[in-house]
Amino acid sequence: MATDSIALYPTQTNSRRPLVDQLHAWITTVDHKRLGILYVLYGLLMFGVGGTEATVMRLQLLRPHNDFVSPQVFNRMFTMHGTTMIFFVAMPLVFGFANYLVPLMIGARDMAFPRLNAFSFWMTAFGGLLLYFSFLGGGGLYGAGSAPDVGWFAYAPLTSQTFSVGHSTDFWTLALLVSGVGSVGTAINIIASILCTRCPGMTLGKMPLFVWLSFVMGGLVILAVSPLTAAQAMLLIDRYLGGHFFDTQAGGSAAIWMHFFWIFGHPEVYVLVLPAFAIVSEVVPVFSRKAIFGYPVMVAATIAIGFIGMSVWAHHMFTIGMSSNANTFFVLSTMAIAVPTGIKIFNWLGTMWGGKIELKIPMLFCIGFLFQFLIAGLTGVMQAAAPFDWHLSNSYFVVAHFHYVIVGAILFAIFGGVYYWFPKVTGKLLSEAIGRVHFWMFFIGFHLTFDFMHIPGLLGMPRRIYTYEPGRGWDTWNLIVTVGVFFQAVGALAFAFNLLWSYFFGEKAGSDPWDAWTLEWSVPSPPPAYNFAVVPEVRSRRPLWDVKHPEDPDWKYE
Amino acid sequence: MSATPLTVSEISSAAWKLPSRGRVGMLCLIAAEVAIFTIFVVAYLFYLGKDVTGPTPKEVLEAPIFLTVCLLSSSITIHLAVKSLKRGTIRSFAVWWLLTFLLGAIFLVGTGREWHRLIYRDGLTISTNLFGTTYYSLVGLHAFHVTVGLLALAIVLLFSLFGLVHEGHAERLDVLSLYWHFVDAVWVVVFTVVYLIGR
Amino acid sequence: MSSTSTKWLVCGIVNLTVCLVADSCAAASAQSSPTNIFAPASEPAHSVVGLSLFVLAVCAAIFFVVFSLLVYCLFKFRRKPGDDGREPPQIYGSNPIELAWTVMPVLIVIVLFLASVRVIKAVQDAEPPPGAVEVTAIAHQFWWEFRYPTIGVVTANELHVPVTNSSSPASTFIRLLSADTDHSFWVPRLAGKTDLIPNHPNRMWIAPSETGVYLGQCAQYCGTQHAKMLLRVYVDSPEQFREWSERQTRPADVNPAVSEGRHIFEMNACVNCHTVADTTNPRDSKFGPDLTHLMSRDTIAAGAAPNTPENLRRWIENPDSLKPGSLMPAMGLAPHEIEALVAYLETLR
Repeated sequence: MATDSIALYPTQTNSRRPLVDQLHAWITTVDHKRLGILYVLYGLLMFGVGGTEATVMRLQLLRPHNDFVSPQVFNRMFTMHGTTMIFFVAMPLVFGFANYLVPLMIGARDMAFPRLNAFSFWMTAFGGLLLYFSFLGGGGLYGAGSAPDVGWFAYAPLTSQTFSVGHSTDFWTLALLVSGVGSVGTAINIIASILCTRCPGMTLGKMPLFVWLSFVMGGLVILAVSPLTAAQAMLLIDRYLGGHFFDTQAGGSAAIWMHFFWIFGHPEVYVLVLPAFAIVSEVVPVFSRKAIFGYPVMVAATIAIGFIGMSVWAHHMFTIGMSSNANTFFVLSTMAIAVPTGIKIFNWLGTMWGGKIELKIPMLFCIGFLFQFLIAGLTGVMQAAAPFDWHLSNSYFVVAHFHYVIVGAILFAIFGGVYYWFPKVTGKLLSEAIGRVHFWMFFIGFHLTFDFMHIPGLLGMPRRIYTYEPGRGWDTWNLIVTVGVFFQAVGALAFAFNLLWSYFFGEKAGSDPWDAWTLEWSVPSPPPAYNFAVVPEVRSRRPLWDVKHPEDPDWKYE
Repeated sequence: MSATPLTVSEISSAAWKLPSRGRVGMLCLIAAEVAIFTIFVVAYLFYLGKDVTGPTPKEVLEAPIFLTVCLLSSSITIHLAVKSLKRGTIRSFAVWWLLTFLLGAIFLVGTGREWHRLIYRDGLTISTNLFGTTYYSLVGLHAFHVTVGLLALAIVLLFSLFGLVHEGHAERLDVLSLYWHFVDAVWVVVFTVVYLIGR
Repeated sequence: MSSTSTKWLVCGIVNLTVCLVADSCAAASAQSSPTNIFAPASEPAHSVVGLSLFVLAVCAAIFFVVFSLLVYCLFKFRRKPGDDGREPPQIYGSNPIELAWTVMPVLIVIVLFLASVRVIKAVQDAEPPPGAVEVTAIAHQFWWEFRYPTIGVVTANELHVPVTNSSSPASTFIRLLSADTDHSFWVPRLAGKTDLIPNHPNRMWIAPSETGVYLGQCAQYCGTQHAKMLLRVYVDSPEQFREWSERQTRPADVNPAVSEGRHIFEMNACVNCHTVADTTNPRDSKFGPDLTHLMSRDTIAAGAAPNTPENLRRWIENPDSLKPGSLMPAMGLAPHEIEALVAYLETLR
């Protein structure tokens, strides 16, 4: 048996080639695994940048009437922080995971369109560079370079030539147009790969949940990023060709930008959260030693979330003066989406129930996800009640809510995913000890910052303000929120250190360190360029369970 | 630790048929483009009647029936071209393909002439009023997609002139024709919205 | 591993408890906040808070149930130290359970939905009763213009409205317009926020039940000085309101002692943006706040600073010193000119 395996997977040529050759190989790669790694590294790098922007803001808001930065700088900070984190951190991270794992999980050798894959990555990467070039080149009337300062959703008519002189807004528009092309390219690749390159026996009903969730995410990207592209084209037409799409003086509508933006913006958050669900749906079963509870229902709930998610966008606009009937519709659709989402949480609990839970680091992060996503979902339900949202919208409550989702749920799941699959990607395990420091520092910091951030919102503090008045009861809470940043920074540094240290000195992982059940664990760590020596064939949702338990295979029960 | 060995293949490759990736990829691209066009159509419809100045659709638009017939016929001709290629009749394929290209080119030229009239005779530009902005954006976006399609058609035409296109390419050209059908379908919507509903 | 993990788990729970305790302290200290949404002093704020507390209670209940299940699960189904290493029974699902935890959330959603719709209709579709005070609010970068079309008052940044009580019910209906970009009117103790969007007139109403000053600010990012576009709403007794509106409709006093200052005001570009209505000037300045009764206000620059002669001096000399990025330019006046100007402004009561 051992000799067969060695024959199947001859030793990789080790990387003693010149550095220039190695870099060239990485830059010109079309291998989904390398592109996946590039996406994740890019996302983590930008995470540092976005985190720095957040730290600048929190230092400014440490106390009322602070003068750490000017209002102009602060306004650029929140714009760049939001834009960076959504488009150049979270999206690359989730695309990176999907890129690396989907072909492995479906028994394929690569994505359906490897060159499109590379093209999409580089479009995204260059989009980010374009956005940051604005710090140098965004000058206009006043000749001083400056980044966009219109907020990450760039409401009209603030973005018109009248109110946004110079080119800073154009950098926002163009950077996102460019990276949007990359996003749609990746989505097309994911969908085509899943529909067209699955290994024999893997019907749609036998794909890992990670693959299902990636599939629905791809569909959402295609349907959601395109409206943003259209709206940005309209903005450029207004700014440079004298168009009137959002020109309120000519009868245009500021509200229609909001509709177009949020038709993108809301499905976008599902684009970000579905991969988090995907990671949790893989990690929780393995560390509970049980199959996922209710696989068909989980698939149905995912599809439901995809559909309903396209119909809730105007819950971001409850305060703009839509009719009571319109508001009513969006209250209903927004509350409705809580149902399939809640079902998923219950199914994860059902998976853990009756299992043998091991609190290794990936599982620790997933439990953090479950706890925090529960809270985030509930604060979402609160805002779905439109009259309550007439207070909460545009306040620090909603800022706390969406950071709870994006950091508390999505980022925690991503951390869990990194600890889970790092051994597959590199062949080394991440250190458990450093992992615990990372988890607890980040957990404490996250809760200090984002739990207490809800309170100023409830006490009337709006968002996007560079300073605030004393005597409104906001001071202490802002101080605590800022303190939490430092714990998170320590946690993030521990994470970065863990990645580096373990890459060189980590314990060897082997192909299946977690005793897991999906196809990626059947190949060596790291996998060879061609993934599988022999294209696998599957009979159930957990092919390796069938191999390890030939007396009790899954396909007897599915 | 060595890799976990899996079961030997029991399913013959013939029984495992999945859709072609080119087709799926093109359909996904079309879905994305449909989403973009939908936004421009929504903007067009939303802004009907909201102009504060300038010419209105009723005053300046004339339904381009001939051009529409040309474009929609090109869908038929491209279908016939691909059918010919599948059958192996390369000559026939080349003729139908050329016809498709010409019909598309006529459409584009015609649109250009319509725009010339609107700009110089009627004084309607993209910056005149809401109608101008939404009209030129929507029709222009469509014309841009026609142009890209014509470029692709031209490249294939060039290859076929050198005798390099054969039966084995039928599937790929069928996928390309999907794009062309999409362009025509969008025109049906744009025509209805701009020249029927809008006036 | 298990005992260490237990310790970590306990740490986590202690952490959580501390947070919850702190949150309760927050609730207590919130009593003193002048912008606490849970201290309504008016309709529709009262109705909104009623719904909000109901929703909060339902969500808290859901949280405690699910959280308890999670904690229980983590403790009960942890891998025990002496575990035999066999896999636990593999349960793939259960249709009855799935049905149960689908139906429950659907019912909860229906209840929350119906509760919300009631309040939406009551607030948004309310018609102004006869005798309601009418105000038109026009938001600018970065100040508020308030006009009372029926009474003939034009003022800025500080809104006066009458209190409502059983003997003299009085609601105020506010038409919300914008002169430039998007803004939002948010005075938490009186009502939820409503946006002011150019070319998209909106409407809101309040019926405050307690006299006093209520604070708020712009809640939709509108540019550099969004943060200092503050609001003050003075809920007056009926007599106070009548007195205030009468004073506001009077033209400015013309005091010969400050004619030098008035001359500077009219000769420099001040008068192009700011109106001081006297018998000759109509009240139509749109770019800057109406200053006819500047001294009747407690703050200047939309709440950026208290209304004192010193602050007025600083503001006129260099607006960026109080509100960097505001749209009022420094007029480059000499110190003695500013003195004269401030003396003049001080007479605009």
